[in-house]
Amino acid sequence: MFDLLGTKLASRLLLGTARYPSPAILADAVRASGTSVVTVSLRREMAGGRAGEQFWSLIRSLGVRVLPNTAGCHSVKEAVTTAKMAREVFGTSWIKLEVIGNHDTLQPDVFGLVEAARILCQDGFSVFPYTTDDLVVAERLLEAGCKVLMPWCAPIGSALGPVNIMALRSLRGHFPDVPLIVDAGLGRPSHAATVMELGFDAVLLNTAVAKAADPVGMARAFSKAVDAGREAYGSGLLEPRDVAVPSTPTIGRAVFS
Amino acid sequence: MKLIVNGEALEVEATTLEALLKELDYEGGWLATALNGDVVPAAGRAEFRLSEGDRIEILSPMQGG
Repeated sequence: MFDLLGTKLASRLLLGTARYPSPAILADAVRASGTSVVTVSLRREMAGGRAGEQFWSLIRSLGVRVLPNTAGCHSVKEAVTTAKMAREVFGTSWIKLEVIGNHDTLQPDVFGLVEAARILCQDGFSVFPYTTDDLVVAERLLEAGCKVLMPWCAPIGSALGPVNIMALRSLRGHFPDVPLIVDAGLGRPSHAATVMELGFDAVLLNTAVAKAADPVGMARAFSKAVDAGREAYGSGLLEPRDVAVPSTPTIGRAVFS
Repeated sequence: MKLIVNGEALEVEATTLEALLKELDYEGGWLATALNGDVVPAAGRAEFRLSEGDRIEILSPMQGG
């Protein structure tokens, strides 16, 4: 079991709920992934509309915990207000805090992120900050009261996978006791396995599953990769070396000439 | 009274936030409201008086990553 802020979770894979071909496929993908936590959002409801009600009813039927986000917020004020609205609607103080700083890369505005994190932590939220892999920003977020960090490994939806292994290693090394969840940029199950092998506690992904030709199959594949990477991390990986080492014992080798 | 509701200019009869939701056919415990950028919790909607030109956001759960 994975202990995340005092909550025991069966899975180290957190799954987004956006961009699936249909609500039924979303539900099947969530089940196939084995996830315990899905991310959700808040958007404007149309007058007389029931879209939000239908979606929320579907999510509740899946028996998973929700992690609401502040996606699309570009200012501290917007993010803080959205977080408070999410707390009321979803009945959780968990919030995936996003303060976007750049339209093209969806790179977090880390200055606004730290400010918003401080305000929300003081207000009793458990803040899951969507951040870059910058070590100093991570320190500031922890100082602001965050108990978990969610660095990207590449821009949202890019499917590039871990582009800066050194930075990810550095975060893991500096914060051995802080839950670290790679959020954004994972494209393949092997990417998820790679970051789990580095010792990350979990991954959060959405597009790589939702936009796969078969989201349900891909959800299952990512689930296996996350488990494999975690078990490998715990089992002690062999360090790479530049020379060959025979795997078959050389003692007792026959000599024919 | 003229208001901006979810980015749209509207002329309404309602004078409280609760009455506005009813007038515009919004109902349900899954809605969240904000007025001029600040949250108005469900419990506070009945006594929340609206003023000319107020900007109201009415949000509900949606898919997210």
